[in-house]
Amino acid sequence: MDENTPILQVDGLNTTFHRNGRALPALRDVSFSVARGEVLGLVGESGSGKSVTLRSIIGLARRYGDVTGQVRWQGRDLVEMADRALRQIQGREIAMIFQEPMTSLNPLLTVGLQLEETLRAHTDLPRAARRDRAIEMLDLVGIPSAAQRLKDYPHQFSGGMRQRVMIAIALAANPKLLLADEPTTALDVTIQAQILDLILRLAQDMDMGVLLVTHDLGVVAQTCDNVAVMYAGRIVEQGLVRDVLREPRHPYTVGLMRSVPENLPPRTPLYSVPGVPPGLDALPPGCAFAPRCTSCIAPCSQDRPALSLITEGRQVACFNPVTKSQGNAA
Amino acid sequence: MSSLNYIFKRLLMMVPTFFLVMVIIFLLVRMLPGDPAIAMAGDRASDADIQAIRERLGLTEPMLVQFWLFLSNTVQGDLGRSILMRTDVMDVIVDRLPVTVFLTVYSVILSLLIAGPLAFVAALNRGRWPDAVIRTIFQIGLSMPVFYIGLVLLTFLAAQLRLFPVGGYGDTFSEKLYHLFLPSVTVALYTSAIIMRNLRSAIIEVLDAEYVQFARAKGLPSRLILGRHVLRNALISTVTLLGLSIGNLMSGTLVTETVFAVPGMGRLMLEAIFARDYPLIQGLTLTFAVLVSFVFLMTDVFQSRLDPRMRLQ
Repeated sequence: MDENTPILQVDGLNTTFHRNGRALPALRDVSFSVARGEVLGLVGESGSGKSVTLRSIIGLARRYGDVTGQVRWQGRDLVEMADRALRQIQGREIAMIFQEPMTSLNPLLTVGLQLEETLRAHTDLPRAARRDRAIEMLDLVGIPSAAQRLKDYPHQFSGGMRQRVMIAIALAANPKLLLADEPTTALDVTIQAQILDLILRLAQDMDMGVLLVTHDLGVVAQTCDNVAVMYAGRIVEQGLVRDVLREPRHPYTVGLMRSVPENLPPRTPLYSVPGVPPGLDALPPGCAFAPRCTSCIAPCSQDRPALSLITEGRQVACFNPVTKSQGNAA
Repeated sequence: MSSLNYIFKRLLMMVPTFFLVMVIIFLLVRMLPGDPAIAMAGDRASDADIQAIRERLGLTEPMLVQFWLFLSNTVQGDLGRSILMRTDVMDVIVDRLPVTVFLTVYSVILSLLIAGPLAFVAALNRGRWPDAVIRTIFQIGLSMPVFYIGLVLLTFLAAQLRLFPVGGYGDTFSEKLYHLFLPSVTVALYTSAIIMRNLRSAIIEVLDAEYVQFARAKGLPSRLILGRHVLRNALISTVTLLGLSIGNLMSGTLVTETVFAVPGMGRLMLEAIFARDYPLIQGLTLTFAVLVSFVFLMTDVFQSRLDPRMRLQ
């Protein structure tokens, strides 16, 4: 397979939840692709739809709302796929890890059992071989004396170790794509770097694509090849990480980057994008970012800008994209 | 810490509980209006007879001595003689205990059989019609008094349709199942309503838990997710409630056993109270206290089997 052939192709993904009779458009027209071994970052504020995107891809969101559009995986559409067929892909070809290591492992079951049940569902390995593989996985993610820890329960591990356990479980069946939902947000800063390194190293060794959700642009800069910036359920800017971070074109991306404190003298007030994201039940008719935008022009509040290619490999959804000089001034 | 070790420690912790229970029983019985000796002696006894009974019962001794006698006799298994039954209280209780235990266990099993599957159906169809129907029926069940449901079942199923006996307690196991079906169902309808409501909301909460989302993302079969991941976690709070309900349920046997003429400890208690049979009241109260403590112990043991986080303390 060619290096650049996408293994996952998301096309026009819409996810809508219903609360108290009202439709909440959590995702609208989300399209992107992940190539083999690629690390794609999804960034945005809370509620921008990053997490829902992952959950819509792996089939968790459809239990809670309507998912339409296409998620192409190995020539098949996961959105249309029946639950039974989807289970052959969940955990086996596409795996997911969650934000909270404290609540994402079942507190009543040993980590050995939680690891082995994945292997049991997706491999033909006999019991003894499953155990060996479980030990191998714990070892691989850096858990000391792995064989003894199989019979331990999640509460007997620290937060960072639990996140390692979750990675071991997710990767046990050798998936080709890992969906990582803010895997380091709940951890100490020192542990964060270790866990990110671990994910990247394993992704490289296993030739696995990673879709990394984060709100931390620093993480994106360190780890991702490409980045998609989300706002109010839509992708507003997308491109190579080094291009987007060097020269952001969407005003929202500019604002996000300005919010990262960097080389500031002590007691400097921190910058934040003015205003708050709109509620999903009260999206403005035009660009959802218009009310908070500093470069808002006349059409912005009436029409919605489409995500379009503005330079080689760069897509932006904006009527008045920031130019290089403006970006520097901001 | 091993399970046996834990159980032993809990049994030791029960000693002060039982001591307190005995103090309360001792004082309660002596605070009741009326003189037990007069009640025991009957209408035509002379003052001398009554005095003799008083002395025989040890009622002429100082209170502390009386309490010591009560305590040491009880520890030796001597609960005194029943006035009503004219035999040892211990013998009467040994005779009646299995009936009440059978009825209780039967009711608990029926409650779980009713509540468990319905809680799952309601939780998995949250907000849709099966959920609404199940919740409404149980709401009606909860708001009706147990004895009323019992009387209705008795009138229709036993007296009119003659599907079930109107009372009594069979000899063989299957006869007992048949005889005690109506009283057990009566108790179970109420208990299962409480269990169902609790289990339903516990399942709903667990279904949305991150570890269940993770289990789904692992591509596990639904059966495994519901049985291993959802049910076990949902049971934690329900087991506690079930333990408390069994305590309630035993005091409920006073009513059910009377309505259905079941010869158990509940009905006996009522008879003992009407007859002012103090030794029997004392013995029965103590037995109920032991049973309830035992149920609470079992609840805690089961709880710690279920939840590893509780084992370390």
